[in-house]
Amino acid sequence: MAEIKLQTPLSDEDIEKLHIGDTIFLSGIIYTARDAAHKRLVDLIKEGKPLPIDIKGGVIYYVGPAPAKPGYAIGPAGPTTSYRMDSYTPILHEQGLKATIGKGNRGAEVVDALKKYKAAYLAATGGVAALIAKSIRKAEIVAYEDLGAEAIRRLEVCDFPCIVANDCYGGDLFQEGVKKYRIT
Amino acid sequence: MRDVSVKEIEGVVGEMCMDANYNLGEDVVDAIKKAKEREESPTGRAILEDILRNIEIGKKEKLAICQDTGFAVYFVELGEDVRIVDGHYMDAFIEGTRKGYTDGYLRKSIVSDPVLARVNTKDNTPPIVYTNIVPGDKIKITMCPKGGGAENMAEVRMLTAAHGIEGVKKFVIERVEKSGGNPCPPVVVGVGIGGTFEKCAMLAKMALIRHPLGSHNPDKRFAEVEEELLEKINNLGIGPMGLGGRTTALAVHIETYPCHIATMPVAVNINCHAARHKTRVI
Repeated sequence: MAEIKLQTPLSDEDIEKLHIGDTIFLSGIIYTARDAAHKRLVDLIKEGKPLPIDIKGGVIYYVGPAPAKPGYAIGPAGPTTSYRMDSYTPILHEQGLKATIGKGNRGAEVVDALKKYKAAYLAATGGVAALIAKSIRKAEIVAYEDLGAEAIRRLEVCDFPCIVANDCYGGDLFQEGVKKYRIT
Repeated sequence: MRDVSVKEIEGVVGEMCMDANYNLGEDVVDAIKKAKEREESPTGRAILEDILRNIEIGKKEKLAICQDTGFAVYFVELGEDVRIVDGHYMDAFIEGTRKGYTDGYLRKSIVSDPVLARVNTKDNTPPIVYTNIVPGDKIKITMCPKGGGAENMAEVRMLTAAHGIEGVKKFVIERVEKSGGNPCPPVVVGVGIGGTFEKCAMLAKMALIRHPLGSHNPDKRFAEVEEELLEKINNLGIGPMGLGGRTTALAVHIETYPCHIATMPVAVNINCHAARHKTRVI
């Protein structure tokens, strides 16, 4: 279980370094998207239209932040549950997305896509939104402002903390971790 | 009769929205601290440590501890000797919620219709208000911001008498196991047994706001089931955020109600570790 600093955009080599259980400190640019924004992004891909954000080598963070108080770059911003995005995720990895950040385990279609397209799923801690927001230096809405908290935001992050939950080798920390501590 | 102004209720409701989202109850904080001492998984301990640091930041900087500031759910005990003046009772909760969520920089998470348009109402209204008429001339309000991630893990099952208490236990454990890391463990597990289809769901929700956390059902038989379920749930190994560990639940609370000879409804409602609720009396 290594501690790894990552800088966006991410390359195949960056992803190959990651193994489940590794602690990641991510810096650079990441984009926010949840249920409603995912639906719109995937509809655009299916229609062959360009996306409002560049996802090649990119990272999507599943979050709908709270409003920012004066003097703050962003409001509390912890991860939302990832499985709701499972059906949209493989096609985004196919388009070059390198990592997603959220909470909770992923379905088989995502685990397969991570192997196929060399990508990773990173777990952030749910419910520690005020703490996580400290690693977000800048936030601006870049698409779908009408969605409110669900709009796509471009975040500038510095040492954003997360854990590799699914790597590109088929590893799954949710399964491995639970197996290790289960008492039967 | 005692006159209580809608304006007064509205003000209290607005304050409660902020208080509940910024300041986690000390009983919950203590339970998380104890869990951290017991936790064997290094990842699990690190997560619990972050949870505690986050709670401190929320308190100190008056920030929501979770960005999901929830559906505003109110449980009200309305004294029958209270007369509501200066407006309508429900408006106090609607306006108070709007003000609390707007002035408190809390997230607006409510969409106007559940399936078709799903347009955000932009002020977190409407709230959900459950009112019980009780003796007396006071109004006791409990505000509970309920996040969506944990709520999605809830289930009602219409068991029958033949399933017995073992059937209840099996259902509860199965529901928590299937939920895995999704509801942000360590969780609080609320169980409602008895009543009708909707009553047992209410009981499970009420179980989540039992205070202090980890206190037991006054019926010793159910208190023992709470203990047993907590141990079995923590033996599942799900751990903090589902990444493995000894702490899956902080507490199991069971509430019961009489039921029909033909039925035995059971509901499980799960709360994340941010088990937020505040009570005020007017």
